[in-house]
Amino acid sequence: MYSVNYHRASSLADAAKLMKNGDAKLLSGGMTLIPAMKTRLASPSDLVDVSRLNDLQGVKVSGKTVTIGAATTHYDVYSDEKLRKACPALAHLASLIGDPAVRHKGTIGGSIANNDPAADYPAALLALGATIITNKREIAADKFFKGLFETALKEGEIATAVSFTAPAKAAYQKFRNPASRYAIVGVFVAKGKDGVRVAVTGAGEDGVFRSKEIEAALAKNFDAAALAGLKLPAKGLMSDIHASADYRANLIAVMAKRAVMAANA
Amino acid sequence: MSDVSLTVNGRRVSGSAEDRTLLVHFLREHLGLTGTHVGCDTSQCGACVVHVDGRAVKSCTMLAAQASGSTVVTIEGLSDGAELHPVQAAFKEYHGLQCGFCTPGMIMTATDMIARHPQGLDEATVRAELDGNICRCTGYHNIVKAILAASETMAKGAKGKAKQAA
Repeated sequence: MYSVNYHRASSLADAAKLMKNGDAKLLSGGMTLIPAMKTRLASPSDLVDVSRLNDLQGVKVSGKTVTIGAATTHYDVYSDEKLRKACPALAHLASLIGDPAVRHKGTIGGSIANNDPAADYPAALLALGATIITNKREIAADKFFKGLFETALKEGEIATAVSFTAPAKAAYQKFRNPASRYAIVGVFVAKGKDGVRVAVTGAGEDGVFRSKEIEAALAKNFDAAALAGLKLPAKGLMSDIHASADYRANLIAVMAKRAVMAANA
Repeated sequence: MSDVSLTVNGRRVSGSAEDRTLLVHFLREHLGLTGTHVGCDTSQCGACVVHVDGRAVKSCTMLAAQASGSTVVTIEGLSDGAELHPVQAAFKEYHGLQCGFCTPGMIMTATDMIARHPQGLDEATVRAELDGNICRCTGYHNIVKAILAASETMAKGAKGKAKQAA
């Protein structure tokens, strides 16, 4: 590991101040950032640790509104009883990230701020029509995820929580790479106050995206049968050593069908 | 430099380490606790798993400075003197190791797994929970057997203690 300056923030305001140090980066669980630093894919001069800030912890459910602090670990999202009742699909999604030790450290805020094109949470937040709350403003998920590893977060801006209205029905299905545990294709379907929203991760050349074709079909009939024979275009999908764009296009339809079945079960 | 204060295996320790020092290096090189291994150094293999504040984590993917203030348990902290921890005893009994390199991480993952499943474990759960621990010798079969056996032994032990308490 190369030399870096570590700072533990004592408050959100302190974190914002510390972020002015050199080329500082926020550190939460570090499950992506630390490996990226070891391989020099990331080379911050300073790390500002926000993982212990109380304001950033935990799941709150108030009526239909779910709010999850940015430093809540995947394990805590998975095991939160209130969330399991309000939105079991999201708790299930958290159980599919990485491995147990990774889930004990990795956080929802870290995942969305990194916006890996194969990460799980971006699909959930986009399909749930979530709001990302920062130390400066609130950003709709539709405007937050901007492409590969790009988000609407400005320099030094800190995501503090995500919030969404619990959907009537939702499910996530993931076809995972068995080595990395990232999604080759992951599909999150949600039926809520804004109708049906379907988001796809792992597949898009530009990162997470909504599938208008699947949303249109499910808006008419929220049933796997509505997706029978659905052929999705491979244009704009990734091709790599794991899967071709055509294969991913087919997988999106398969995962969407399974997700709808799970949501209706 | 960071001042790192930890409670490791019940003992309070403190030291000064470069900010970049990984927890696993702090444990091995500053504290001489070489039971925790560095296998892949890329968060894949799990040979470096220790418990930080009661949760299994990969100590190769955490800075010592991040852990400062926490309670850490390593493989050296499991046994009660010369008496092996039930998971260690089960690994011995069921031959859950061959070269032994992955074993400290396997055992730390197993104790965490058993603690999180007080209702008991089945084979499929054990295999899924071992997702982040790689063994290149045994093919996992005996590791899974050992963890299942230890889980049962510990459940019986817990019941016994509950009876004594009652």
